[in-house]
Amino acid sequence: MQGTGAVFKREFQGYFATPVAYVFICIFLFCTGIFTFYVGNFFARGQADLKAFFTFHPWLYLFLIPAISMRLWAEERKSGTIELLMSLPVSLAGVVLGKFLAAWLFTGVALVLTFPMWITVAYLGDPDHGVILAGYIGSFFMAGGYLAIGACMSALTRNQVIAFVLSVVVCFLFTVSGAPIVLDFFAGWAPQILVEAIASFSFLRHFNAITEGVIDLRDVVFFVSLIALWLFANAIAVEMRKAG
Amino acid sequence: MSLLEIRGLSKRFGPITAVDNVSFKVDQGEVLGFLGPNGAGKSTTMKMIAGFISPSAGGVSVLGEDVAEAPLKTKAAIGYLPEGAPTYPDMTPRGFLEFVADARGLKGPERKARIDYAVEHVDIGHVLDQSIDTLSKGYKRRVGLAQAILHDPPVLILDEPTDGLDPNQKHEVRELIRRMAPGKAIVISTHILEEVEAVCTRAIVIARGRLLAEGHPVEGGWQLGEHFAEPGRLDAVFRAITMGAPSSAQEAA
Ligand SMILES: Nc1ncnc2c1ncn2[C@@H]1O[C@H](COP(=O)(O)OP(=O)(O)O)[C@@H](O)[C@H]1O
Ligand SMILES: [Mg+2]
Repeated sequence: MQGTGAVFKREFQGYFATPVAYVFICIFLFCTGIFTFYVGNFFARGQADLKAFFTFHPWLYLFLIPAISMRLWAEERKSGTIELLMSLPVSLAGVVLGKFLAAWLFTGVALVLTFPMWITVAYLGDPDHGVILAGYIGSFFMAGGYLAIGACMSALTRNQVIAFVLSVVVCFLFTVSGAPIVLDFFAGWAPQILVEAIASFSFLRHFNAITEGVIDLRDVVFFVSLIALWLFANAIAVEMRKAG
Repeated sequence: MSLLEIRGLSKRFGPITAVDNVSFKVDQGEVLGFLGPNGAGKSTTMKMIAGFISPSAGGVSVLGEDVAEAPLKTKAAIGYLPEGAPTYPDMTPRGFLEFVADARGLKGPERKARIDYAVEHVDIGHVLDQSIDTLSKGYKRRVGLAQAILHDPPVLILDEPTDGLDPNQKHEVRELIRRMAPGKAIVISTHILEEVEAVCTRAIVIARGRLLAEGHPVEGGWQLGEHFAEPGRLDAVFRAITMGAPSSAQEAA
């Protein structure tokens, strides 16, 4: 698509041109460490796997991903560079995709840098590497889902703080929609099919399914179509709000 | 065929008619001064030419192509400096120009040659690797101009290119525009009338979205609508035209 490559390159390099990347990666690694070893009782569990590590990913992403995505469009609108960008011979879809892919790859880099965890379990025991790999893949797709939501929210406002808050709220809804407490609330009165529908939108449910070690195509399709849908909404939001 | 043709262009924002049925043409070699008080609709018109916002009515063609029908083609033929010359503050001028070159599909030796050309024309060679954030206003403007001329576009749209610059910087930007004029159709918006006399070959005046007068240099001065202005006296004529303008747009609002 017209402009995807150029925008991708600019955005991706942009993360490393400012302290943003380093701060984000440090916080991400620090938090995954804390959660895995202290909150998740990695050692006490006495199991050679990364369950304790992956369990906290949705909750970490809930706050860290909106911090990455909040500037994607809000900043362009605030500084007026969106006018420059959209008067280049690039397609809107190309720019939306380029920005998203750069942010996604960046979270991928942060995720890859957690590899010492993997080395640790491999050193301490005899983990099922297939399950761990599935966990990483699932986590990466889930990060894409959160990012696509955040990108769309960022296009709705020129204020990054508002974009952040909106993203956290929407991401939260998509995270907990499968949690027992939410489903119990609906199960009392709503038709079963609605409860099922709500649950099926849950990031937790699809992510947990993948971290069990089985990459079901349906879970991957869920995240990919969710990303596509939110990016489509992203493009519409940019188109509608760019002049204001 | 005119390089740039605007036909019956209108833009409404809710109850406000920012641009009201404006038509004009610009030929190769012309530098058209687009004059009007603040809020006249100059920037809105330019945004529609650049394909950033779409008109409520009317159309724009660039090299015979319609902006609404073939936006990628017309955008490729236009160099645009938005009002305030926005640039990415975290980038260096080099990184910024490389990005614009990539987005414009320039490759290999041509990409390098075009960047060198733009850098040389606006004279930013010695700040190329400094973050744009740290540049003075004049240099930021030059970076914006470099981006606009990077692909040697036949049509240049410059929204208040000298706004906020000191007299020396203004002079330099005007020199630059004059140097590039022969092969291009250039539109510059301004409310500084000395600029018109300094660089323009023709001028149009708009106020409250409407085209009020057209002007050009004549023996011993400028003819603007029905008024004649001696050198340095365009201000009085401009006031007469824009203050006496019908305020229909505001009444409608
Ligand atoms: N996105 C927008 N939404 C609402 N009104 C706008 C918008 N952009 C411009 N306007 C209004 O349109 C009119 C023309 O603005 P503009 O084209 O910026 O004028 P100029 O560039 O001549 O100073 C002004 O009254 C301005 O307030
Ligand atoms: Mg303006």
